[in-house]
Parts: sequence; C-alpha cells; structure tokens
Amino acid sequence: MQQFLEKYLSGRQLTVFWLSGLAVLSLTLFVLNLILGSVNIPFWSVIQALAGDTQMDYSWRLIVLKSRLPQAITAILAGAGLAVGGLQMQTLFRNPLAGPSILGISSGAGLGVALVLLVAGKIGGVALSHLGFTGHLSVALAAFAGASLVLTMVLFLSRHLKDNAMLLIVGIMVGYAASALVGILKFYSMKEDVHAYVIWGLGSFSTVSWSQMGVLFPVVTLGLLGSFFLVKPLNVMLLGEQYAGNLGINISLSRLLIILCTGLLTATITAFCGPIAFLGLAVPHLTKGLFRTSDHKVLIPAVILAGIAVALFSNLIARLPGFDGALPINAVTSMIGAPVVIWVILKGKNLRTPGV
Amino acid sequence: MQEEKKSLIETRDLSIGYHHPRHGQKVLHSNICVKLEAGEFACVLGPNGSGKSTLLQTLCGFLPRLSGEVCIAGNQIDKVSNRQMSLLASVVLTERVTVSNMTVSDLVSLGRTPYTGFFGRLKSRDQELVSEAIRSVGLEGFEERLITNMSDGERQKAMIAKALVQETPLIVLDEPTAFLDLPSRIEIMHLLRKLAHQHNKAILLSTHDLDLALQMADKVWLLAEGRKMETGTPEDLVLTNEFRRFFEREGILFDNDTGQFTVEKQKVKTIRIVGKGIEYKWVSRALARRGFAASDEPFSGFQVEVKSDGKREYLLTCPDGKIQKLRTIEDLLTQLEYEEATLLTE
Repeated sequence: MQQFLEKYLSGRQLTVFWLSGLAVLSLTLFVLNLILGSVNIPFWSVIQALAGDTQMDYSWRLIVLKSRLPQAITAILAGAGLAVGGLQMQTLFRNPLAGPSILGISSGAGLGVALVLLVAGKIGGVALSHLGFTGHLSVALAAFAGASLVLTMVLFLSRHLKDNAMLLIVGIMVGYAASALVGILKFYSMKEDVHAYVIWGLGSFSTVSWSQMGVLFPVVTLGLLGSFFLVKPLNVMLLGEQYAGNLGINISLSRLLIILCTGLLTATITAFCGPIAFLGLAVPHLTKGLFRTSDHKVLIPAVILAGIAVALFSNLIARLPGFDGALPINAVTSMIGAPVVIWVILKGKNLRTPGV
Repeated sequence: MQEEKKSLIETRDLSIGYHHPRHGQKVLHSNICVKLEAGEFACVLGPNGSGKSTLLQTLCGFLPRLSGEVCIAGNQIDKVSNRQMSLLASVVLTERVTVSNMTVSDLVSLGRTPYTGFFGRLKSRDQELVSEAIRSVGLEGFEERLITNMSDGERQKAMIAKALVQETPLIVLDEPTAFLDLPSRIEIMHLLRKLAHQHNKAILLSTHDLDLALQMADKVWLLAEGRKMETGTPEDLVLTNEFRRFFEREGILFDNDTGQFTVEKQKVKTIRIVGKGIEYKWVSRALARRGFAASDEPFSGFQVEVKSDGKREYLLTCPDGKIQKLRTIEDLLTQLEYEEATLLTE
C-alpha cells in the first residue's frame, strides 16, 4: 500500500493524503461513537438530538447528549493530548520508549487519587467511590493536585539538571516512589476502596460530565495549540542539545516549555480519565511509520488526528454490545494497540536502523 | 577593511578545564594564546584525554572557560548571545546522529534554523542554499536518502553541509573523522580544506590522524597533558622537533624524515640486502619487522638478493653458502625463520 502510494504521489501530496485520510477516519469514528452502543440509535436521530430537537424520543436524546457526546469528546481530547505529549517526550529525550507519563506525572496523579480514595475512606468510614458525583470530582481534583505537584518538581529540577538523561531518570524514580507510597496505602485499606482505586487505574472516558468538560476542553486545547508553537525547537532537539544550542535555540527555555506543555496535557487528562497507558507511546510510532518524516510541522497535526482516531476506535470497541457495561479503556488500547505497533515496526522499518 | 585578515578565534591566557562541584576546578591547560584567521584550516592534535574536546567546546561556548579571554570574531565570548553565536560558529560533533525518518535534506535544512521564522519554514533562498551545500559536499542525488541508511562518512558529509548552510565564518569540528575508514578520512579532510580556502572560512578540527593533518593543515595546534600548547605550521613544528617531543613514548618514534610514526624494534641481527627500487624498500621493511637491520657490507651472515627485472624473485643466501629462490616475501620470511632455527640448533 505504502509503496503503491509512493509511486504516484510526491512526499508532500502523500502527507496531505494521509492527513485527510486520518481526518475522515476520525470524523467517521466520531459519528459511529454516537450511533453505536448497547442501544443503536439511527443516524438521523443523532443529528436531531445534536440539533436540539426536543420532539424526539427522550431516552435517545438523553443517551446521545448526556452520555455518548461527552464520552466521544473526552476520547478526542484524551487521544489528541496524550499522543502529542508522547511525541514531545520521545523527541525531547530522543528515546523511542518515552511517553507522556515518563516524567512520573501519572504516578503523581495516582498518588493523589490513592490518598483521597484510600485515606478518606479510612478516616470518614465511607468509601468515596459510593458518593457518586462528589466522589468523581474529588478524585479528579486529587489526581490533578498530585500530577501538578510532580510536574512542579520536574520543572524545578529541569532548571538545575543540565542533562536530559538525568531528568529522565529522576522522573522515573519519582514514579517509583509514588507507586511505593500507593502500595503502602493499598496495603492498609479496605477492599472496596482498593477496588475503586483499581477501577480508576483502568481508565475511562465516561466519567467526564459537561461541567467537568468546562475544565478539560480549554486546558487540552491550550496544550495542543501550545505544541504547535514548539515545532521549531522540537525539530532541532532531534539532533541533541548541543546542536540545538549551536543553532541558536534557547535550550533551557524550550525544554521548560516542552515539559510544561506535556505536563499540563497529561495532568489534566489523567485527572479526568485515569492513567491511560499506551496511547501516548504507541500513536507517535504509528504516525511516524505512516508519514515517514521527522518534521514536527507534519508530525504534530498527524499525531493529533491519529490519537483521536485510535481513542475513538478504542472507545467504540470498549462499548461493543457483547461487553456489557463497557470494558476498561486501558485494556482495549493496549490489546489492539500492541499488535498494531509491533506490525508497523516489523513491516515498515529497516530493523537495523536505530533512532527515535 | 575587507582586505585585512580577520581573526575569528583569539584567546589570551585562556585556561580550560572543568568545574567540579566538590573538588573545585580541574585545570587541563592554562596560558593558551592562539589565533585562527579566516581561510585557515587548522587541526588540533593530541593524544586521548589531552583536552582536545574541552578546548573546542570552550571555544564554541558549550563549556565555560576557567580564566583568560576568548574572542570570537572580535567579540568577547561572554557577551555573545546564544543566537549571535549561531551566526558566528557552527559545529559538527563526534556523536553519531541517528534520527529515524530524517532525510539528508531535512538534516541540512536544520542548519538554516537561525535564519528561519517561528515555524522554521524554508524560503526559496534557504532551499537554494541547502541544495548548494549538499552539492558542495558531494552528496547530490542523496537528498531524499534517510540518514539512518547511510554510511558514517556520508552522514558526516551531511553534517558538514548542515554547518555550511548555517553560513558562519567559523566551523568547528570535533573529531569528524573518528568513525571513518581511511579513504573517507582523506576525502573529508580534503573537502574541509577546500571549503576553508574557497569560501574563506576558518575551520578548526580535532583529529588523531597525524599524517593527514601534517599534509593538509595550514596550522597545527599540539595539545598534550602537562605541556604548554604549541601552534604553528606543521613543517615548522617538525623541524623544531616539537612533534617528536609531543608524541614520543616508549617504543614509538616519530620519524622526522617521513613524517610518520615508526614502531621501534630491537634490531640486533643484520642482513645484507642487494637490490634496488620499490622492491628493495618493501623487502627491507618486511625484514626490519622481523628484527633484521639492513647493511650493505659483505659479511658471513644471511644475504637477500632482490631481482627486480621482470618477474619477482628473491635469492636467499645462507651462511653455509646454500642459495634458495623464493617467489614472495612471505615465503622469504618463512624460509629465513626456518634457516635461522636450524642454524641455532646446530
């Protein structure tokens, strides 16, 4: 397929072809997300519901507007945000194994959630998981607080550590320390609370209400827009810090902004959707395999579209009629994603060539 | 003004080394006073660990200097901003750059970064410069080749093209020939010298290739631990015995005649070699490796006669008068070893 296309299209046309292909795919998946589910709603009814028609079936309207639409939008935001975060980290650290959670930000979020779910349950005697909406909100707040704490720490360290590899190690260590604390908390907690924590850890696009969307949407949009302004430093960073510095890039500022951008995206998305593994690591690889370029002018819009498509597709699978009550999203992303990435790497790449 | 030679690097009493957080400063070299002018091709030579990289990195502003002054194109290095520096000096580092999916023209285009706008988009003039640079390093036709699928030599040429499009009067290269085979080394050195002379750029590089540096460099900077840095035209340094003093170690000798290193072997046995021309030269070399010193005087030991008319043949005469005809130097050496052994046992 790739070779066939390369025969007829030039590099630039190929890029445009794949970008529009991904856009169409994302749009189709978005519509399918609204139509398909445990109840299948006809296309025209979905349009009616979206258009604000109050005459239609009340339950269908409720399903589309209160459940499927926010879920699909959450998937779009999370997919795009995590994919961009992953791309930025892979470029910054020049490491193909880097992802948006590499700096320990998700672990920080996990610690925050563990403190709220497990300790609050212990003190109050009520498992927060039973509190419904208030519970969700406090979990999101705790996750955001934990993630921001780690992000602040990493940002502070990034000013003092000259070496990116050191920063990477520190980020991973912070992650381990947070996981250890979570482990201790789990050990002393009630079964129900631990279960609630495990559920949070599996990730979900369905917990974001419209009021929470008021936070998630602007922050993720801001992060995505910010990433477009980092195209030039990201491109130069591919060559390593010394070359980047010699090309007139302000290294410490660029590094700070890249980490801030990824951190903001990851912290917010993890707070609302849980630690969604894999998307951020895999989507950049899929995209690079498809576009065959190292230019972030192309890669950033490409990973955004690919992230959206993958997240929407995963959400669709998770809600297939057979899986009553929705599969955890993490299980789906990894299960479909891992074989796809392996296939892309084995097929598309010369195995002998290293590099990010 | 244009006629006047501009010194692009000038140092006064420069000390280089490292700031160690606990042990304070570690000074590698001090009192360095060097100058590099436009159109000059200079090589920094020195053994491993002598501080070549440290010197180059200090001159590019990657490492802070410990004391003294560095002026780049007449500006104090402390007062040169990162951005200004990118317009004055471009670098090529030892590290192998491996970025997947990056083509040669992508890589070279990055050299235009200091001149491009916010998103790094290339204008038509930038495009022209990129293809011109790719042509001048001899990589035309390789524009769309991935840098991960190229040989080390070709990749190094692409890095040099990147430095060229940066349009800086000074190019600093840290061991650009380190991973290359001999023909590629010669090619790269040739290329750099050509660029220095044709484009009137100052090019400074560090290398281990002493003989190449001797042949090609306009200036040589000699660096060794615990010695004052010596600079000058390579020939001057040879004649004043500086080379010999810098590189002399036990068993290794810098030959002032040939400009090469020779491995000092204990030559105790002598042999008479009769012959002439290139065959004579290589036979004596092979024999020298086995510890035989050539002598012309007739004596009762071994004698080798080199026939250089038409077909190759070597006549080995033993002390007992026995004569053997041999086809190759390898056979000659084997036979000689055998005869020597029988002589000893008798």
